[in-house]
Amino acid sequence: MWSFSNIADSIHQWLNETFHPSVAVIFEMIIAGICVISLFAVLGLVLVLMERKVSAWIQIRMGPNRVGPKGMFQSVADTMKLLVKEGMTPSGADKFLFNLAPFIALVVAMLLMAPLAFAKNFQMWNVNIGVLYISAISSVSVISILIAGWSSNNKYSLMGAMRSGAQIVSYELSAGLSILSVVVLAGSLNLNTIIQSQADGWWIFKGHIPVIISFIIFIIAVTAETNRAPFDLAEAESELTAGFHTEYSGMKFALFFLAEYVNVFIVCAIGATLFFGGWMPFHIGHWQSFNHVMDFIPSSLWFFGKTFFLIFVIMWFRWTFPRLRIDQLLNLEWKYLLPISLFNILLVTAMAIAGWYF
Amino acid sequence: MGPSSMIVLIIAAIVFSSVAILVAKMVTKATTNLQKGEPYECGIPTHGKTWKQLNVGYYLFALIFLIFDVELIFLYPWAVVAKHAGWTALIEIVIFFFILFMGFLYAHKKGALKWK
Repeated sequence: MWSFSNIADSIHQWLNETFHPSVAVIFEMIIAGICVISLFAVLGLVLVLMERKVSAWIQIRMGPNRVGPKGMFQSVADTMKLLVKEGMTPSGADKFLFNLAPFIALVVAMLLMAPLAFAKNFQMWNVNIGVLYISAISSVSVISILIAGWSSNNKYSLMGAMRSGAQIVSYELSAGLSILSVVVLAGSLNLNTIIQSQADGWWIFKGHIPVIISFIIFIIAVTAETNRAPFDLAEAESELTAGFHTEYSGMKFALFFLAEYVNVFIVCAIGATLFFGGWMPFHIGHWQSFNHVMDFIPSSLWFFGKTFFLIFVIMWFRWTFPRLRIDQLLNLEWKYLLPISLFNILLVTAMAIAGWYF
Repeated sequence: MGPSSMIVLIIAAIVFSSVAILVAKMVTKATTNLQKGEPYECGIPTHGKTWKQLNVGYYLFALIFLIFDVELIFLYPWAVVAKHAGWTALIEIVIFFFILFMGFLYAHKKGALKWK
């Protein structure tokens, strides 16, 4: 069968047979790097096109339809346009920090790829503290936004960065707490173990209402953490032109844009892994024959299907809810989401200890 | 691949972004004039310095976040063993949350959670 783990295994075997093991390791690293970079580029192109098509579909218009069949190559054309634009640095800016910020944004987005399980037995790093790793690395991304806003020498940028700082750190709490409810149920921080624990049903079905509540809190919190509408105060076009990346142009702007879309993919992948079972096919308890039929669909298809469904939901939010004001945003987090998620984790714990889940 | 994947990913990210920026720099032709380096503030000339005083609310929320984030870190090891530890784990976390919630109520009473 063609599957990601088989391909990876055969490449590993061939390299070890052909070269000295230490050389083979270096080749594997290079191959992995190239794969991740191409995944990055493809995700950027696909998600930008998907966003424009989904928004067009929701607003009953055509969307991009000139470049290529049905506008398929629109984002490629956009990338070419950004490539030939001059990437300028404003004269009053802090030049070193201004140029450093897009690198940090991209490094953070790239590092979050490590513990994700894209398919069965296909994972870069099966780390035993995967969930902690993800929440630790993803909280660094706020630094790149703060650096970008601070160093731009522009009041819009600075205001956008401060707003985004307050927003991201606030919503990180409820995102972390809602992730923890799945950790309590699965009893492990390892993403692979969490996926294996969903072999007889995904947590969102097994965990009754408390897990559904924590999923809803999770999806709200990650929408805010990735700075997407209705929580896009950091780059509210009508108030701050473009927020923290007002002064960025050309390829540096493109890198911020890419990091933003890849972050959306990553948080959706984490949500799919924790609540919808990652690559685990749709299984129902002990219905052996049904489960066996579901196993015929490749695990990578399940993973990408669930992830893109969640991405679609987040894009759907954008065209459904109006933008919040900053006091409403902070009220929503500190007065509603945080107490609810604290109480919810007690409920989940009681449920896990008493064994009231399927 | 193990922990070395972190190094691979960091190098991959830096190579990717620097190649992109370098290629863009080679393709484009830079020009300068007097107005080009000025901050873009919708056409109105910039007034005063950028790095000024900001609303104190941002710092207040950052401070409260710090308290809750430390609490969240304490919850991680607890969450892993909660199912094995049984009801004692639940009682302990109820006590922990009670103390935490008192602090939260204090901050709320002081008006730290209100945007001014």
